[in-house]
Amino acid sequence: MNAQPIIEVAEPRQLPSTSDSASASRAATPALEICGLSKTFTLGGGLFKRGRTLGAVSDVSLRIPRGQVMGLVGESGCGKSTLAKMLLGLTTPSDGDVLVDGRPVRDADQKALARHIQPIFQDPYSSLNPRKRIAQIVGLPLRVHGIGTPREQRARIAETLDVVGLPRRAAEQFPGQLSGGQRQRVAIARALIMRPDIVICDEPTSALDVSVQAQILNLLLDLKAEFGLTYLFISHDLAVVEHLVDRVAVMYLGRIVEEGTREQIFGSPRHPYTRALLDSALTPEPGMGVPDIGLGDATPDPSDPPAGCAFHPRCPKAQAACRQQRPRLEDIRSDNARVACHLA
Amino acid sequence: MTTSSVSPTASSASTPGTGLGEIPLQPPAWSRVTRRLFGHRGLAIGLIVVGLAILIAIFAPLLAPHDPYHQDIANRMVPPVWHDKGSWEHVLGTDKLGRDTLSRLLFGTRISLTIGLVVALISGVIGTTLGVLAGYFGGRVDAVISYVITTRLAMPVVLVALALASLTGGSLTTVIVLLGLLLWDRFAVVSRSVTQQMRDAEYVYAARTLGCSLPYILLREVLPNIAGSLIVVMTLEMAHAILLEATLSFLGMGVQPPLPSWGLMVAEGKAYMFFQPWVIAIPGIALFVLVLAINLLGDGLRDLNAPGGRN
Amino acid sequence: MSRLEVNNLLEVKNLRVDLPVEAGTLHAVRGIDFHVERGEMLCLVGESGCGKSMTSLALMGLLPRKARLKADRLQFDGIDLTTLSERRRSDLRGARMSMIFQEPMTALNPAYTLGNQLCEGLIRHRGVSRQEARERAIYLLERVGISAARDRLDQYPHQLSGGLRQRVMIAMALMCEPDLIIADEPTTALDVTIQAQILRLLRELQQEFGTAVIFITHDLGVVARIADRVAVMYAGEVIESAPTPTLYANPGHPYTRGLLSCIPAPGKTPPGSRLQAIPGVVPSLVGHVEGCAFRNRCPQAQPICERTPPLMSLSGDHRARCHYADRPVSAPPQPETIS
Repeated sequence: MNAQPIIEVAEPRQLPSTSDSASASRAATPALEICGLSKTFTLGGGLFKRGRTLGAVSDVSLRIPRGQVMGLVGESGCGKSTLAKMLLGLTTPSDGDVLVDGRPVRDADQKALARHIQPIFQDPYSSLNPRKRIAQIVGLPLRVHGIGTPREQRARIAETLDVVGLPRRAAEQFPGQLSGGQRQRVAIARALIMRPDIVICDEPTSALDVSVQAQILNLLLDLKAEFGLTYLFISHDLAVVEHLVDRVAVMYLGRIVEEGTREQIFGSPRHPYTRALLDSALTPEPGMGVPDIGLGDATPDPSDPPAGCAFHPRCPKAQAACRQQRPRLEDIRSDNARVACHLA
Repeated sequence: MTTSSVSPTASSASTPGTGLGEIPLQPPAWSRVTRRLFGHRGLAIGLIVVGLAILIAIFAPLLAPHDPYHQDIANRMVPPVWHDKGSWEHVLGTDKLGRDTLSRLLFGTRISLTIGLVVALISGVIGTTLGVLAGYFGGRVDAVISYVITTRLAMPVVLVALALASLTGGSLTTVIVLLGLLLWDRFAVVSRSVTQQMRDAEYVYAARTLGCSLPYILLREVLPNIAGSLIVVMTLEMAHAILLEATLSFLGMGVQPPLPSWGLMVAEGKAYMFFQPWVIAIPGIALFVLVLAINLLGDGLRDLNAPGGRN
Repeated sequence: MSRLEVNNLLEVKNLRVDLPVEAGTLHAVRGIDFHVERGEMLCLVGESGCGKSMTSLALMGLLPRKARLKADRLQFDGIDLTTLSERRRSDLRGARMSMIFQEPMTALNPAYTLGNQLCEGLIRHRGVSRQEARERAIYLLERVGISAARDRLDQYPHQLSGGLRQRVMIAMALMCEPDLIIADEPTTALDVTIQAQILRLLRELQQEFGTAVIFITHDLGVVARIADRVAVMYAGEVIESAPTPTLYANPGHPYTRGLLSCIPAPGKTPPGSRLQAIPGVVPSLVGHVEGCAFRNRCPQAQPICERTPPLMSLSGDHRARCHYADRPVSAPPQPETIS
């Protein structure tokens, strides 16, 4: 489909300290490891007063093996986008570490991080600067990192446009002249032009029409196979997540409540919230009606989370213990699945 | 427009590697721009008048029939040409020192436009810097800058300018510096709120994840997208500055004689306003027309810049 | 007029909506026919720009001022909507037809209490006393599952969560016991768990009150679960309409088939496999549009598709606008070409 890369990215994957012997263990090291990551925000503060604190992400730990897709699901406000921002270096974590290739990125500067992790955002209308041409947008990473001569950069841009299935003449156009699907291809091209290892996909298809969504999902699958990418795939669309991912983590109010393989989560969910999410996914099967998922309407306030298990006010099975003590995220199966529920 | 020309079979849908239909083509940008500019009546009038004023300011020495500073006591208070006693020698008459009003008016355009432009530039730089920083960083920075903006808004511009001018003594430079330091509030307010919306635009996130420097993000990603709003504010502040200069000059604290400032011309004529009203009417009308035209231009630009103006 | 048609609550024949835009005329709705029977749930489904929202605004008489509407017939319960005065139109709106919008925060006025907004229509259209209106509001708020309904009446919209606001919108739509509710993507802005609850509620109430609903959405999963009948829109036309089970079991238009096969179906689509995408993009509807609008994306397009296809009747109530709706094209479908 595409030619060999024209420019070799200088030292693309390996940070300086990597020795040859370490590369043997590379396969075992997860591409991305998140250890106890937390983020608290202060709300409503001003020049002269202190605000309330809000735990957007609390003590999240995840390991994403190389070449795998980790799905992250949860409702709006559960902290999945904040988590993505921390991984991308857009927000400093309040606590915890992110390890890329086994090395903490806390001290790494943004440019070094950018070579390993790149984002694909949700809204293809807001993710491209409307005043820049496509070639400028896609080529920005090369310019910022000073890779290649202008001529090599142009060749690399054209090659990347081919890879994401955009006509080369798109290079001279403005985002306003492209359709939603085409814009999302531009965003993917910008993310891939430096050949990162890890791509954080934050709801990459939820702003697109269904017919275009399938094109983009196919493209993401192809690119993963071609470049051996590792994805963190954030989505609220469970059908898409089930189709794409190897493992799934379910977030509720800033914490991971369940994590496991696709088969475990979709086949035999343990946490009542996961079960409710799966029940409320409406597959196109006529005659099934809308299921009664048995959740109350008490959407919790993230700045004032309930005591005990954060899910208990909505949980159909909540018991006294759930109101008092927060369940820990514990390993429940030999194969590294975890759930945080007293009743699991 | 595109559908009627699509080829009917699947061949168009199977362009190798893409399979993406055609990218819709838009008419050439320039024809659209000119159509927009002249489709808007207020904008067209504003453009023409301001354009004329700029030409007059540049070519004032060629256009003026007399030296604007030449005094001719024998020909004091000559009325304009349409008056019974008027003459073609002095089309708009002369003032109390016998200086030719038309020539002073033409040269006065230079002062008004210089003041408008330079003040708008100074205050634009100050206000935009503050506003963009406040909007982009938010939090503490925003709180401090908002406090400064509020403080500035609480000051009565004319009184503060008068007080400071009376301390330093009025001159063209003083007026420009003073107004430049006082009129940045609207730039700050507008650029702050527009930047706030842009701070969370995903293309700004994308630039940040790439490790782009802060100046790059502010100058190359944010600024081009707020430039439209800033140009509108700029026209409004130009008009504002021109009026304030006239006010200060009228009160004797602005541009000093014998410079041909329009405000000064009104001030010098005020003793004669009942019996020789043209002495103040002529510079007054010039002021009115220029300020109106600049405001029309600003309003027009704002309409063009409104949602749907691009894309 | 046949007996059957008299019974239809809403009759739409050859509805057209044109919008003047900078580059010419945008034909947002290009001659659509459909009807709504009393007490049924009709889903208008389609992607962005297919004209489904313009259709709903045309029915409510809320089109943008510049838009031009033409229709051979636009009848609501025997009343001709095309010739109705604005005054009578607004009497109808709210009293006999009401609307639920996608974003309840913009549809509710933040400056008034919920009680004010709920009661206003009833007092205005039915002339009841404020006390009676409040009683009905409380009854309906309880019916849509809002606890402490009496206290909620004095709250303002911003004090409620998104799901609660949408429940209030449903209660408001039901206040005057309308014959028809138009719901424009009412659950798109909500989380999946809340969406399921709201849809279930809407379906229950619709059946209980016998209200007809036109439900506009892009989500085929939602359609399958709640609709009695479906009309699929593409590029300003209804390209297929059928009772829900028929449409899903036996789609007649290649676009419908494409839409159904491009969403991953758990248990059917092998995980990680390529999805059936519809190549290309939706055509521009500015200027003259001729022939089948889907032909540049259709895997089985033939030369005849340059001519506008007729609305073919497949069986009973199942119609599709395709030359080949009743006989599959013998050529095998094109292999999927997106890379």
